[in-house]
Amino acid sequence: MSLLSAFKRPPAALFDDPAAAKQQRGPAYITRDLTKTYGEGRSAVHALRSVDLEITQGELVVLLGPSGSGKSTLLNILGGLDRATAGQVHFLDHDLTLMNDRQLTRYRRDHVGFVFQFYNLMPSLTARENVELVTEIARQPLPADEALALVGLGERLDHFPSQLSGGEQQRVAIARAIAKQPTVLFCDEPTGALDSQTGRAVLRVLADVNRKLGTTVMIVTHAAATAAMADKVLHFADGQIRKVERNANPAAPEDIHW
Amino acid sequence: MLGSWQVAPLTAKLGRDLWRIKGQAAAIAVVIAIGVMMQVMMAGLVASLSETRDAYYQGYRLAQVFAPVARAPENLRAELTRIEGVAQAETRIVGAGRVEIEGRPLPIAARLLSLPDFGEPRLGALFPVSGRGLDASARNEALVLESFAKAHDLKLGEPLTVTMNGHRRQLTMVGRVQSPEFLYTAAPGELIPDDARFAVLWMSRSALAANYDLDGAFNEALLSLTRQARLTAVLAAVDRLLTPYGGQGAYGLEDQFSNRFVSEEIKGLEVSALVVPPIFLAIAAFLLYIVISRMVQAERQEIGLMKAFGYTNIEVGWHYMQLVLAIAFAGALLGCGLGIWAGQALIGLYTQYYKFPFLVFQMEPSAFVIGILAALGSAAAGSLFVLRRLVSLVPAEAMRPPAPADFSRSARWAQGLTGLMDQLSRMILRRLLRQPWRMAGAVLGIASGMGLTLSMLTIYAGFERALDLTFQVLDRSDASVAFLRPMPPDALSALQRLPGVWQVEAQRHVPVVLRNGRHSHKSSLTGLGHQARLLRVVDDKGRQQELPGAGLVLAKPLAKILNVQPGESLRVEVREGARPVLQIPVVGLAETLMGAPVYINLEALNRLLQQPGRINAAALEIEPGREAEVYRQLKDMPLIAGVSLQAEAKQAFETLMDQGAGAMRFVMGFMAFIITFGIVYNAARVAQAERARDLASLQILGYSHSEVAYVLLGELAVITLLAIPLGSLIGHFLSFAIAEGFSTELYQVPARFIPQTHGTAALTVLCASAVSGWLVQRGLAKRDLTAALKSRE
Ligand SMILES: Nc1ncnc2c1ncn2[C@@H]1O[C@H](COP(=O)(O)OP(=O)(O)O)[C@@H](O)[C@H]1O
Ligand SMILES: [Mg+2]
Repeated sequence: MSLLSAFKRPPAALFDDPAAAKQQRGPAYITRDLTKTYGEGRSAVHALRSVDLEITQGELVVLLGPSGSGKSTLLNILGGLDRATAGQVHFLDHDLTLMNDRQLTRYRRDHVGFVFQFYNLMPSLTARENVELVTEIARQPLPADEALALVGLGERLDHFPSQLSGGEQQRVAIARAIAKQPTVLFCDEPTGALDSQTGRAVLRVLADVNRKLGTTVMIVTHAAATAAMADKVLHFADGQIRKVERNANPAAPEDIHW
Repeated sequence: MLGSWQVAPLTAKLGRDLWRIKGQAAAIAVVIAIGVMMQVMMAGLVASLSETRDAYYQGYRLAQVFAPVARAPENLRAELTRIEGVAQAETRIVGAGRVEIEGRPLPIAARLLSLPDFGEPRLGALFPVSGRGLDASARNEALVLESFAKAHDLKLGEPLTVTMNGHRRQLTMVGRVQSPEFLYTAAPGELIPDDARFAVLWMSRSALAANYDLDGAFNEALLSLTRQARLTAVLAAVDRLLTPYGGQGAYGLEDQFSNRFVSEEIKGLEVSALVVPPIFLAIAAFLLYIVISRMVQAERQEIGLMKAFGYTNIEVGWHYMQLVLAIAFAGALLGCGLGIWAGQALIGLYTQYYKFPFLVFQMEPSAFVIGILAALGSAAAGSLFVLRRLVSLVPAEAMRPPAPADFSRSARWAQGLTGLMDQLSRMILRRLLRQPWRMAGAVLGIASGMGLTLSMLTIYAGFERALDLTFQVLDRSDASVAFLRPMPPDALSALQRLPGVWQVEAQRHVPVVLRNGRHSHKSSLTGLGHQARLLRVVDDKGRQQELPGAGLVLAKPLAKILNVQPGESLRVEVREGARPVLQIPVVGLAETLMGAPVYINLEALNRLLQQPGRINAAALEIEPGREAEVYRQLKDMPLIAGVSLQAEAKQAFETLMDQGAGAMRFVMGFMAFIITFGIVYNAARVAQAERARDLASLQILGYSHSEVAYVLLGELAVITLLAIPLGSLIGHFLSFAIAEGFSTELYQVPARFIPQTHGTAALTVLCASAVSGWLVQRGLAKRDLTAALKSRE
């Protein structure tokens, strides 16, 4: 517990010049030789083969690769949902691979937000209550209404997931993820189940979160066009990073077409 | 099976589905197995016991009619044989006596029976256990009933001191035998069998004739009947023939003590065999319904897809039905196996308990067929409801993205309640309210299990209460004394004068047949003093009932058997002395738990019999510590037929309750617990499976293990807490029904509200709930979160 309370939290305030702020920051994640193997022997699947990577605080990273290349696996390990078979994952000054289950829970609770392809909202709770699910246990939460306003859902607060469209559900999911003011936001195919227009709106929200809250955002996708909005693009194939690209001038999500 | 439909991929799915729900499937299969096991085992026991009984009766030529008479000339046998419907007639001498056993303070009542000097008896043959037969020329040899000899550990060749007709004789036991006529024996005047307190001895006809002054005569005739015989006609004809010789009324086998008891016990088993298995099968059907309904709900997309591919409703339905039938069939097979095993294990014990010398083993083949069909049928019936829903599903369902379940309506329901709750509690409550019928089903299921447990506990307590009421409230004497024949009142004063005797109360027992229209019952009247205090007559509120002038107070079950109410009157055929037939009004009902006694005021009884002042029994209260002294003096009083001690009678009752049909309640209690646990566990598993995805999401959001467990277990806790009061109610009423089933003519099991049993039953459910909760939440800790997210629902 003391280990975790020592984590530094980045200030949640808005930055006047996000680009300048980003340059001052140190790395959020560093992985060394990160390996994940499912199964053993002949039938073993090598989902990650010795991945070395560095993600800077406040960056918007897009992880691009064909399906089955190990993107979700990497995201899950960084997010503390799964454990690596070998190698190290450093988050700020700590090694995730050394944490026990309780510490990982604590880490997720305090630092990580997730957004999934299929939203994973609680069907029994309204939009606001879904967000409150997180604000109830977070240390420095945004008010639920504010988080929902940030994603452009100021009005349908008392609707249940069954009464919301897919795009709206995904925005609730994002509001829920950012309401705790996470250090990092992991999004696994956040637009995968949405039409392109709705998808763009969701990406806009993610970009806003990154810019306005300074949250490190990592988006997994197999849609190459998304890469245009990233600060950094990791090209992934066969469990390995094949290429790292940097965008000096990330495009606005509205200008992306796929 | 269904045309040319190729099942291979679906069969694989079936196998995997079964494997996925293996825990639940096993729990359900076990419940089914228990039902089928009970069916197979009990049907087998009943078949084996009744076959063995019948074979024993036939092989050893048990009489079908018994006709006691004071003294009839031997040549009357030929006339008895000529009665229409009589196949065989045999005569014998029957005498009352006492046996002294070393180490026992009091002599034991004995019945002495004659065997022909030469050859086998025509009726009433004996099964030799050890030793040899009687030597006709030796006057002092006796055969002894095996169960009595065993109870007292009597050795062959051992001398026995027997008082017959007032004379003490030394006899030698030369053989131990069993007889179908004496599978059960009870001390005189008692109803509960007790091997140790009633002796049955056989001697040669000539020896007994000498002792009882019955040379050339008999005092009991035994008859067997032809197939076409009408019992009532034969009894009437026998009575006509024997009345001039002091006939006391012939009676059929059904009124014979031992047979009546054996038949009651077998009947009790038969009733349980009929009632218990369906309860288990119904519960199993309910559990299957829940599992399948959940599965169909979860697989809407797959079902839509199959339909989109062109599978018909029947084909898709059959796929799920196969799953149900596979579980039911596995359970039924397991049940058959267990049934055979348990039947074989128990039948040996039962044969010993019923004292059959051999065993006709019989597994009822129809029980297997019925068991398997009933299991499959009830399982299928439970699931048909679910499959109906499948028909209404449109293929387009498969094309839609997974839609979150709609909670907007259930939320409205509980708006007031959820206002102050945290989100986790809201999730619990709304989910419960979203499918109120499902919740009601789970509550009802757990409540039924608890009801079953509760009623078994109530029955246990009922047996205890029967004991208490009988020996603390109704019969408060320490010993009862039976005289050889009706005595004048000074017999009582002789007892009263014995040092150590505190109180003596006169009684008179008179054998009778009671009739009301076509209902009749062989019984005996118990004449008691106006305000008897040792043997009391009590009404249903526990108040002592006075015995008014002339009128009968009937035990409640007897009033039911005879279909008579206070205010009406009964025809009473006295079976001793001048054998008058009387018409006596019923004036009250008595609360009794043992036997079915009929009470009457002693003076009124004597007046009706025109024998003033006669008594033939007495109840004694003895000063604590002076029992031995009193017994020693009683032993030397020649006119006493027997003395029975309350402590021993109580012991006999307790033994009876723990063996035979009475023991079945322990088996049923255990089964009730298993069922309760099965239902609770199933409810917990369903909750866990349905929420796997939600719970994983919570864990991903950073909720701790215990917080997530709260969501899962909170639901179980709510259901459990709702089930407890309902279970109390169900159990309360069920216990009356089951008590009725357990009650026989011999003893009644009272059911009543006992707060402790409700507490215990509730605790049982809470424990089952806690264990189930612990079992399912264990899975939360070491779960693969990413896999849970990929899973359906
Ligand atoms: N739980 C698992 N067990 C076995 N193999 C898995 C498991 N999860 C993922 N894989 C395999 O690991 C590889 C990478 O999967 P994943 O990270 O989900 O890919 P992506 O997200 O890029 O589509 C794939 O080949 C996949 O089949
Ligand atoms: Mg993926």
